[in-house]
Amino acid sequence: MTDTAPRELPLQELDEVIIRFAGDSGDGMQLTGDQFTSISAALGNDLATLPEFPAEIRAPQGTLAGVSAFQVRISDFAITTPGDAPTVLVAMNPAALKAQLHNVIQGGAIIVNTDAFNERNLEKAGYEDNPLDDGSLDGYRTYPVPMSQITRDAVAEHGVKPRDAERSKNFFALGLISWMYTRPVEPTMEFINTKFRGKELVIKANEAAFHAGYNFGETAELFESHYEIKPASLPSGEYTNVNGNTALSWGCVAAGQLARLPIFLGSYPITPASDILHDLSALKNFGVRTFQAEDEIAAAASAVGAAFGGALAFTTTSGPGVALKGESLGLAVSLELPLIVIDIQRGGPSTGLPTKPEQADLMMAMYGRHSESPMPIVAPRSPADCFNAAIEACRIALRYRTPVMLLSDGYIATSSEPWLLPDVDSLPDIGVDFHTGFNGTNEDGEGIFLPYLRDPETLARPWAIPGTPDLMHRIGGIEKEDGSGNISYDPENHQKMVDLRAAKIAAIDVPDAEISGDADATFCMLGWGSTWGAIDAAVERLQKNGKKVAHVHLTHLNPLPKNLGDVLSTFDRVICPEMNDGQLVKLVRAKYLLDVRPVNKMNGVPFTTAEIESAALQAMEAS
Amino acid sequence: MTDISPRTEPGDWATDQEVRWCPGCGDYSILTAMRMLMPELEVDRENTVFISGIGCAARFPYYMNTYGMHGIHGRAPAIATGLAMARPDLDIWVIGGDGDMMSIGGNHLIHALRRNVNINILLFNNMIYGLTKGQFSPTSEVGKVTKSSPMGSLDAPFNPVSVALGAEAAFVARTHDMDRHHMMDMFRRAHAHKGASIVEVFQNCNVFNDGAWEGITKKQNRDANLISLEQGQPIRFGADGEFGVVVDNGAAKVVSVADVGVEALLIHDEGKADPSTAFMLSRLSRGPFEPTPIGVFRAVERIEYATSSTSQLAMAHDDQGSGDLAALLRSRGTWQV
Ligand SMILES: Cc1ncc(C[n+]2csc(CCOP(=O)(O)OP(=O)(O)O)c2C)c(N)n1
Ligand code: SF4
Ligand SMILES: [Mg+2]
Repeated sequence: MTDTAPRELPLQELDEVIIRFAGDSGDGMQLTGDQFTSISAALGNDLATLPEFPAEIRAPQGTLAGVSAFQVRISDFAITTPGDAPTVLVAMNPAALKAQLHNVIQGGAIIVNTDAFNERNLEKAGYEDNPLDDGSLDGYRTYPVPMSQITRDAVAEHGVKPRDAERSKNFFALGLISWMYTRPVEPTMEFINTKFRGKELVIKANEAAFHAGYNFGETAELFESHYEIKPASLPSGEYTNVNGNTALSWGCVAAGQLARLPIFLGSYPITPASDILHDLSALKNFGVRTFQAEDEIAAAASAVGAAFGGALAFTTTSGPGVALKGESLGLAVSLELPLIVIDIQRGGPSTGLPTKPEQADLMMAMYGRHSESPMPIVAPRSPADCFNAAIEACRIALRYRTPVMLLSDGYIATSSEPWLLPDVDSLPDIGVDFHTGFNGTNEDGEGIFLPYLRDPETLARPWAIPGTPDLMHRIGGIEKEDGSGNISYDPENHQKMVDLRAAKIAAIDVPDAEISGDADATFCMLGWGSTWGAIDAAVERLQKNGKKVAHVHLTHLNPLPKNLGDVLSTFDRVICPEMNDGQLVKLVRAKYLLDVRPVNKMNGVPFTTAEIESAALQAMEAS
Repeated sequence: MTDISPRTEPGDWATDQEVRWCPGCGDYSILTAMRMLMPELEVDRENTVFISGIGCAARFPYYMNTYGMHGIHGRAPAIATGLAMARPDLDIWVIGGDGDMMSIGGNHLIHALRRNVNINILLFNNMIYGLTKGQFSPTSEVGKVTKSSPMGSLDAPFNPVSVALGAEAAFVARTHDMDRHHMMDMFRRAHAHKGASIVEVFQNCNVFNDGAWEGITKKQNRDANLISLEQGQPIRFGADGEFGVVVDNGAAKVVSVADVGVEALLIHDEGKADPSTAFMLSRLSRGPFEPTPIGVFRAVERIEYATSSTSQLAMAHDDQGSGDLAALLRSRGTWQV
């Protein structure tokens, strides 16, 4: 086919496209999606991605359980979500088609690898008839492409073993899609050469497959047109494409530099938090010490020890790990040492849905330790925002000498967006000084050190680290006398300490809540964390349709912004979309006695814009 | 930090806090041994840290005028690991009871030992849960009658020295609370050892398990049942050294020297790379009613954990230069808008 003359196809302009690459977990769909994202980023599109992995590492080939997908949305305008439903599905086998078809919009394009639709694969996917022939795809624009065969033919001349030949078919798909959306060829050639450096045969095969895909689009009389998506008008500057876990890791490193402290991470592997451990383990030249502990208890406890020694200490995990860390966090509350706990929330209870997001650890973050042990909570709203949230969590931990919980989730952890890089010199100084001298006197007028004598402004206690002459002191989980820190079982003292610990956290300076959308609306949506993108997009749609709607999005969940009660009470109706059964709603109702209404979703899939839009419309009608 | 250690007196290592163990508790003599040892070690109080879990034993840090943390039950080895990694310059001691270290914290203990973190672990073994008022512990004998085991405990006990050797510990010793000099010797050796060292201290809980170790530690029983391991010496004991230890058919065994001759006795070698002989010695006694070795079972060199971690940091620094945040943020490719 490659020698057929190129056709002159019309070039159609689109404002956006949402493509979902789906295949077997061994088909390289994540790589394909990532590369398409990079090329589009370089072209100046705005974009957002949503990878979807199977929970098993090597689920049986060709089965529904083994389907791996990558959704990318590219646009010529600013976007905040990877899109509700794909407009284009690339399905590498029957299982991918079966697992993903329901997501695709009616009339969407389905590009299938027909070679994979043989009897065995159809059976593994649970198809009785071939969906390519039985009318299942009526209502979609279907493009049947023999991807495996053409790939094999294309790579054969390079001497690739027949067995390996088909492995390049993801590059065929990438080539085809690159042609469809007029993406340049060069960046992918560079990518292939860097990625597979030293493996000449693989490079040749992948290059050949990519070109075959690209040429197929141009020459096969299958496609009516190809498309162009102009650059979005984003604020000018230098951008990178970043996912939430990477942004978090970078935020931790940045915080270490901004605080001029060495970083210690105690962690135990768990999906979807492990990548932070991986990222930070590779940043040893930044003075980052990582410790893969024997369990999450040791991970948290080691971080407490490192904090006592004067490190900026982190512990990263997901829900089940937070449950195990609870007692150590209670100790950190009692010791009043800085410590940052990062929880990448996933579906539960128990092992639940390890690769799917939820926001259902909010109550655990608030109350998941015995007794009254308040902890500040910070929640990033988007992948790139994870960078800021990490720095903010560290600022609070250091300034107030307290453990802080950072609640991200599996959605923003793995999805990515363009990030306008900050000027590193403009980042805030979050450093605090270690305590080095006496802060009291005894009856004989000699200098002494009182480890629980508080800063009157922040109520933080002095952080005097081992090695500091004269300030030897003992701290522990037993109740301490305010000031001296000596063991005290005195009833009044305990009441005082409970009150002080609560007052310290309650008085943390957090920015006021801001209203986006229409400040003069009577209807408001309250959100926190990763629902920001979908709520923001829904607000825009509602406004386009002439509705007035406000949006308040929280980064600080404890303490809540001081003005939040006043802000929310200006609205007649407030709804709160959360990926849990109404946890922020309970907190807000209890605190402000306001009738905030829950909008809950717990199926492991983030809210779509449409879902939030319709919940908002319903709520507006009801009021 | 100063490089000339100020001369200290044992009293300098005491805090103003009232010691709250029961009168007659074995913990007192361990505390005295520690306070007396400290000036000898020529270390500074500010560079010394005691970390503990929970239990009677775990109150120890409050009584040492150093930096200290009374942590949570069982987690002291993990807390100390974080501290030792963040601050390899410090002298860190970890104190806990048999419940703290062998039950709830058993996992952290074995992992700290295998990693060889530079901490000195003192396990006060009174074969009972003292602080919670007398339940059987993982070192209590089968059949132990306590409030939680009125018909006798069903659990087979751990032997802490065997566990430590099985966990790849590079320094393992045992001592008892009735012999201050021996305790000081063992603590001194543990301190001198770079890496994780563990010392089991037979400790009397005179309230809930009084006399549990008497069969070995009481003056009149020592000749018959206390075997002091001496490096390079044949292992022998008894009032006139009439008993000895041989290896027979893959196990250590007590013999009469008159029967086998001195040449047949096992020569103690704590430095053997292979821990098998040390393990055999740890199995010699099933409890405080038969000849039981004390002293250093094993002392071998192994690379210390924080040192390795520090050298990886240094290597990364040499290879990649010191971390540049602006460059890191650009490390996955950027584009201009
Ligand atoms: C998480 C937790 N579980 C249980 C306890 C109760 N507890 C405190 S000390 C202890 C056992 C103490 O025994 P041991 O470690 O042998 O120390 P000893 O008091 O004998 O010195 C127990 C069960 C606790 N403090 N924390
Ligand atoms: S209960 Fe036993 S171990 Fe605890 S202080 Fe009293 S005597 Fe010592
Ligand atoms: Mg005990």
